[in-house]
Amino acid sequence: MSSERTSPSDPHDASSPTPETAAETPAGELSSALAALVEGMAQGNRSSLARAISVVENERAGFQDLLHTLLSRGRAGGTRVGITGPPGAGKSSLVSAFARLCRRGRQEVGIVAVDPTSPYSGGALLGDRIRMNDLATDPGIFIRSMASRGSLGGLATTTKEVMDVMDAFGFPRLLVETVGVGQTELEITGAADAIVVVLTPESGDGIQAMKAGLMEIADVFVVNKADRPGADRLVKEIRSALKLRSGEVPGAGSGHHGPAGHHGPSGAPSPAPERKEASGDRASEEPEVERWVPPVLLTMGQTGEGVEELVQTVDRHREWLEGSGELDRRRRRRTADRIRDVLDRELKRRVRRELARESVLAQALDRIARGEGTPYSEAAAFLELMGVDPAQAPLPAGGDGAEAAR
Amino acid sequence: MSETDRKIRVLVAKPGLDGHDRGAKVIASVFRDAGFEVIYTGLHQTPEMIVSAAVQEDVDVVAMSVLSGAHMTLFPRVRELLDAEGADHVLLTGGGIIPEDDMKELEKKGVGRLFGPGTPTTEAVRYIREWFEENRQPEGV
Ligand SMILES: Nc1nc2c(ncn2[C@@H]2O[C@H](COP(=O)(O)OP(=O)(O)O)[C@@H](O)[C@H]2O)c(=O)[nH]1
Ligand SMILES: [Mg+2]
Repeated sequence: MSSERTSPSDPHDASSPTPETAAETPAGELSSALAALVEGMAQGNRSSLARAISVVENERAGFQDLLHTLLSRGRAGGTRVGITGPPGAGKSSLVSAFARLCRRGRQEVGIVAVDPTSPYSGGALLGDRIRMNDLATDPGIFIRSMASRGSLGGLATTTKEVMDVMDAFGFPRLLVETVGVGQTELEITGAADAIVVVLTPESGDGIQAMKAGLMEIADVFVVNKADRPGADRLVKEIRSALKLRSGEVPGAGSGHHGPAGHHGPSGAPSPAPERKEASGDRASEEPEVERWVPPVLLTMGQTGEGVEELVQTVDRHREWLEGSGELDRRRRRRTADRIRDVLDRELKRRVRRELARESVLAQALDRIARGEGTPYSEAAAFLELMGVDPAQAPLPAGGDGAEAAR
Repeated sequence: MSETDRKIRVLVAKPGLDGHDRGAKVIASVFRDAGFEVIYTGLHQTPEMIVSAAVQEDVDVVAMSVLSGAHMTLFPRVRELLDAEGADHVLLTGGGIIPEDDMKELEKKGVGRLFGPGTPTTEAVRYIREWFEENRQPEGV
C-alpha cells in the first residue's frame, strides 16, 4: 500500500542464493512490504500484481529482489506474443480481438501496452485501452499501460521485467504491444516468443517495414484494414519480399527453395512449417530443423475478422517453436541479454553513486584542470577505487551510448 | 529515477452516456503536458470499468469528467468501488457542472476537490501535485 514503509523482514528466505556480504547485490531479501505483494500475487490478488508491476516499472528499492523471488517460484511459463507495427496500424484493436478469442477458450490474458512518453514534458498519454474497452471488466483480463520513458526500442526499459511479473502471476497468455513510433522497434524480440508485425495498405508500410528490419524479426505478418484498398497488393508485396530474402525468384513457384535466410520462407500461399530438404546445401552450419515460413494474414481489427486465423497461426508457431528447439534457443538468448542488461544497469548505478560521493568528482576535475590528469586517467582511478582492475576492464562506454544501443 | 520524482499516474475517465469527450481529452493532454502519465480510456465508462482500470494501472489519481448531471451518483459510486478494491489511497477528483453544495456533500463522502467549467486547468494540475507531495511517501509500495 502506498502508505506502508518498507521494513526489514525475517530472515526466513533460505533459498536466497546471495551471501549477505553485499547489501546492494540483487537477489537479497525481500522487505516485508514486497513479501506481502508476493504473497498477494500467489493468492491471485490483482492489486498486488498491479503494485508489484509499479515497483518494477519504477525500479523502486528491492525491485530486483522481487523479480528474483518471483522468477524463483517457477510459475512463469505463459506464451508471449509481441505485436508491433506503425502507429495507427491497428495493434491495440488486434490485441483486443485476440484476447477476446482467448477468453472464449477461458484462457486468462495479461496485456502490456506501451505508448510514447512526450519528450517535452516527460508526461504521456496512454490510449491503448480505448480499443480494449470490451475487456475492461473481464476478470480474466489484466491490462497494463506503460510509458516508454525515453527508451527508443519500442518498449520501456522495464517492459520485459514487467512481463515477467505478469507471467509469474500465472497468465497462460501474454500479449505485449509496442509503441509504434520508431522504425526500429526491435526490442520486442527480447520480450516475446512470437512476433506479429502489423502493417496496413496505407502509407507505404511494406517498404518501410523492410527497411526497418521488421522482415527479420516477424514470425507472422498481419495486413490489417483489409477493408482498405491495396490490402491484397500489400500481401503480395510482403510475400515476394520474403521470397527475395530467401534467395528465391519471385513468382518461381513453391517447389524449391535455395539457401534460406533466417526464416527460410517459401512461396506457399498459406505457409506453414516446412521440412528442410536433406540435400546438404549449407546444412552443415544449421541444425536439421523445420523452418518456419512467416505467414501473411489479412485482418480487420475493428470487426475481429481474420483474427481467429491469427490466433491459430500463433498457436501453430508455438508448436513449431517447441518442436524445433527454437523456443529454447530464443529463451537462452533472451536470458543472456537479460544478464547483460542487469549487469549494465547495476554497474551504471554503482558508478553514478561512486561519483556522487563527497568531492570525488570535484577533486578529479581539479586535477585535470591542473594538468595532472585526463578524463581517462581519472576514470581508470575510479575503477580501481571500485575494485575493478582497470587493465582488465575496458572503460565504461559513457552511459548514453550503452543505453541507446540496447 | 528516484522515487520522489516518480511519475504521477492519472486515470482520466469519462463516464456516462453523452457522446463527446472533448473536455476529457483536453484535460488529459493538459496533464500529459504537466508531466503526468495519463491513462485515457475513452467514452461511456461505467464505474466498474473505471475502477477496474484504476486498479490494474495502479494509478495515484482518478479524474472524472461528469457533465451529465449524474455527479451525485457517479462520484460516490466510484469512491465506494475504489475503497472496496483496496484502492482507498487513490485520489478521486474531477470536473463538471457541479453546484457548490454538491461539491461539499461529495467531499464528505471522500471525494477530492472538484473543478467547475471556468476553472483554469493549471489549478487542477497544482491540486494534484500538492496532493501527491503530501500523500505519497517516497518509499511507499
Ligand atoms: N478501416 C479500418 N480501421 C481499423 C481497422 N482496425 C483498426 N482500425 C482503426 O485504426 C485506428 C487505429 O487503431 P489502433 O488499434 O489504435 O492502432 P495502434 O495505434 O496500432 O494501436 C482506430 O481508429 C481503429 O478503429 C480495420 O481493420 N479497418
Ligand atoms: Mg495502440
